[in-house]
Formats: sequence, C-alpha cells, structure tokens
Amino acid sequence: MQRPDMSVEVAGIKMRNPVMTASGTFGYGAEFGDYMNLESIGAMITKGLSLRPKAGNATPRIVETPGGMLNAIGLQNVGVDAFIAQKLPFLSKVSTPVIVNLYGNTLEEYGEVASRLDSLPGVAGIEVNISCPNVKQGGIVFGTDPLAAQQVVRLVKRSTSKPVIVKLSPNVTDVVLMAKACADAGADALSLINTLTGMAIDLDRRRPVLANVTGGLSGPAIKPVALRMVWQVAKSVQLPIIGIGGIMTARDALEFILAGATAVQVGTASFLDPSAAQTIAQGMEQYLADHGIDSIASLIGALEV
Amino acid sequence: MQFKSMVVSNVELSPGYFRMRMTAPHDMLSAEPGQFLMLKVTDAIDPLLRRPFGFFDVGTFSAEYAGCGTQCYAEILYKVVGKGTRMLSALHHGDLLDLLAPLGKGFAMGDPGEEKILVGGGVGLAPLYYLAKELVARGDKVRLFAGGRNRDDILCITEFERLGVETYVSTDDGTLGESGLVTRVLERHLAKTGMRIFACGPTPMLKAVALMAQSHGVPCQVSMEAYMACGVGACLGCVMKGANHSEETPDYRCVCKDGPVFDSFELQWS
Repeated sequence: MQRPDMSVEVAGIKMRNPVMTASGTFGYGAEFGDYMNLESIGAMITKGLSLRPKAGNATPRIVETPGGMLNAIGLQNVGVDAFIAQKLPFLSKVSTPVIVNLYGNTLEEYGEVASRLDSLPGVAGIEVNISCPNVKQGGIVFGTDPLAAQQVVRLVKRSTSKPVIVKLSPNVTDVVLMAKACADAGADALSLINTLTGMAIDLDRRRPVLANVTGGLSGPAIKPVALRMVWQVAKSVQLPIIGIGGIMTARDALEFILAGATAVQVGTASFLDPSAAQTIAQGMEQYLADHGIDSIASLIGALEV
Repeated sequence: MQFKSMVVSNVELSPGYFRMRMTAPHDMLSAEPGQFLMLKVTDAIDPLLRRPFGFFDVGTFSAEYAGCGTQCYAEILYKVVGKGTRMLSALHHGDLLDLLAPLGKGFAMGDPGEEKILVGGGVGLAPLYYLAKELVARGDKVRLFAGGRNRDDILCITEFERLGVETYVSTDDGTLGESGLVTRVLERHLAKTGMRIFACGPTPMLKAVALMAQSHGVPCQVSMEAYMACGVGACLGCVMKGANHSEETPDYRCVCKDGPVFDSFELQWS
C-alpha cells in the first residue's frame, strides 16, 4: 500500500502534514533543532511577536497543575526588528512553513507588525493573537468582544497580503459568535483554543502561586473543552480550523481532525518531549496506514454524531 | 540528547534526601559540572512536566547485567518536596526513565592556580560534588562550605573528604558542625586574591554569597534553581532578571539555557 497522503492546505499554506507547533511553546524553532527534524512537521508558529521587545511578567510565571500547567509569561519576545534580523534567517533555511504569531498593545500596533512582515518571503502566514489572557493591553481585550475582534482582523487583513489565521480565546460565553465575527471580518482561518484562564493558590503562604495571580491553563486537562469548541466552530463556520488544546498523542490530534480541524497545533507536549510534534505527525501517518485510510483529508470533520 | 535510562540504585541518605544512579550513554561523560538533566517521572499526565536535577556525579561502572564491560552512569541528589520527587523516591533498580541531558551551561572551572571555594546549602551540594571531582582531578585545591538547617541537610560530606576536599560544615541549629549560617563561616575564610567561588543553594544564600564575593572582589559563580517546563529555552518560565534589567530595557536570562550557572554579576540581586 502507498503511504497515506498527509498533506493539508490551510488558507493557501501547503503543509506536508497537519501538525504545527503552537505559539509560545516552540520558541523560535532553533531551540528544538537538536531534538527533532524540523522538516518533519507541517508548520512552525513562532512566539507571539510585538512591535517592540516585551519584557514579560514577573516570576513565578509557570506552575504545574493536575494534568496541565498554568503560565503567565506575559508575551515576552524580542520584538519585530530583532525577530527579522536574528530569528528569521535560521527559520528561513528550514523547508517548513513559518507562521508568525503577532499581537499589538493597541489596534494600530497589530497593523504595524503585520505590515512589517508582509514583504518577507520567509513568512508563510500570520496568526493573530487576540486571546492571550496574561497581558493587560492587547491580547484578550480584542478576543472577547466581537466588534473589537473584527476591527483587528480587518486592519491586519489590510496590512498584509499573507494568509491571516485568527487565534481564538476559550474565555468567552459563545466561541461561535467570536468565530463568525472573525470570519465576517475576513479571517482566512481560525485556530482554537488558546489557554483557559485559571489560578493556583499556595495554601500555606496564603498567596497566589503566579506573580500575575492568574494564568493560562494548558495541557491534557483542557483537551475536552478544546474538542467541544473546535466541533462547535467547525459546524458553524466555513473557514479551515486549526485545533489546539492538550494534544499529547497522535490519537489526540486525530480526534481534533474528526471534530472538524484541518490541522492541529502541538503546544505543552513540546515542553515535556521536545520531539513531540514529530512523534505525533509520524503517529498520525501510522494510524492511517494501520487503518487503510489513504488520506488525512478524508478524516476532516468525519465525526459521526 | 533524549534517551531512556535505567535506575541502577536509589538510596535514602538521610530523611527525605535520596541519591539516585541511572544509566546514561557514554556521551554523558563530557557533561560539564553544573549542567543538568530533566527526567520524566511517569508516562502518565500527573505530574505532567519533567523535573530538573543537576549532575551529582557522572562516571562509569562495570555493569555485569549489561554483559558489556563498562557502563556510563549519571547520579542525582534530590530532596522529596512534592508529588514528582515522592514518586521518584519510590523507583527501584530496573525502572526506566526518559531523560533529556546534558542541559544548560555549567561552571567555568577557572585558572588551575586559584583556590576553589565551593558553597552549598542543603541539596544545593548536588552539582558541587561533580565539580569538586573534576577540580581535584586537575590538581586544584578545593574547600567546601556546606550549610543546612540541621544535620539531616548535610549530605555526602564523606564523599567530598574522600576526594581530598577540606570541608567546613555549619547548621542553623548546631546539630552538626558550627552553629549558624554557612555565609558566616565563609566570610572568615575569604581572601582577596587567588580564590574563586562556586555556590549552589537556596536563593537567599546565593544572594548573600554573591554580595559577599563582590565586596571582597572574589569571582563567584552561582547555580540557580527555578520552576521550568521545557529545559531548552522555549517556555520562558524560568527566567531571572539580568543585572541591567529594567522595564524599558528588559534583560531576562533563562535559568535553563543561559544558566543554570551564572557569574554572580550577571544577575540582579535586589
């Protein structure tokens, strides 16, 4: 039997398989080069990028919770100039598409970062972060209000000719409403979910564990919530969906595909196993081969309810 | 590198403190003192993250069961503080672990002529043993200042002495060695020249040692500990403020990648 066809296309970005790395969990790619073949996965999404370098939050920034972890990094990043000068040259040498996750402290900054990246051949697409729960400005402010989200999406679309993926927050009453708003504003694809807002308390010290008090929950603990949201959005919106949330294994990833995702992002799993994305991509192909399925595309949204 | 490792031994040295030996590939012999490993205690998802441990020792032993002459090992010294280390303490010979190692930046050994001053607090002694071994092998004169709350916190002193290291022990409650903080003992022995300090322990101790070293003009390296998720510089969870850090010009250093060993003047101690 021939090898299964694992290739997918999201908003014009052609990928050798549906496995992408989630923003903020894969650094700028180079950090993982010693542990995996960067050309074995579908796409790499880089750490949330802003116009100027960002210091991030005070420490402690992370804490483990049952089946997951809370983080409140605060979008620490090198800023767009240093990214282009120092990080992109390495990434451009890898034959895997690079998608840049970006955010703005103001509406205008979203547009400015997007336009700075527009002419760079090494950037295959943009993922717009309107869902970081850990910063006061930007991020979540735009991710919980459909009208604000539409403003961001329209501006970014006007600022770049590259495909625009919008990353949605689960910290809303109705994720479908947000998804439709972004679709109407011109998004080319949607990725979901970002982290769920959570909190950990040190009982003996009577203090929150994180300096930021609250943080974003990720890891296997959030997978059921993510699956539900991906399924709901996939049913209601015609755009390609990228499923994210607690994917640790190939089977997890395939569940998201069944729920309607065209591709998936591996996040927290890369922290405990730096080759997780590669292992998951290989495992997905093996599953298809074992079950006589000849293309991953045939599984997208194939959930029987 | 990432590899599977087998537990060779896992011994409780004093209440709550364990020394574990694991098999390792021969490449591990080139690990630098001060570098660390990360291990996954369980395949299950709780605890989810790997745990970081400095190398207590790296070497070879003859492994009869392997049927292959010598086998490389890595050792860690750890204190049971939570669920992960509790599960670790229950492992036995033959159990398998997934390891990432060697990680981070180790100690710069300095000039051969200098006297090497090691300062360890509690389980902070761990990376200092491997360091002492390498320094002694070069022919350096090494002194160790070990501190803890009580006698149970003072570990493996005999091993250091067997290497020929001169040891000074202090405990907060005076149950072993001199009564009081390790830094008080250290201060009496600090000269201005010809010395180099290597310290590992609780952050308040490291701060005191770093400031003392700076005021005496003695070069000092500290090995830091922090919560970390990835160990490879991606999560940015383990950062510390660099000496020139400010909100306007952020200068965060990753303990996992830029450290865990830092020159004391690289970090902000206030």
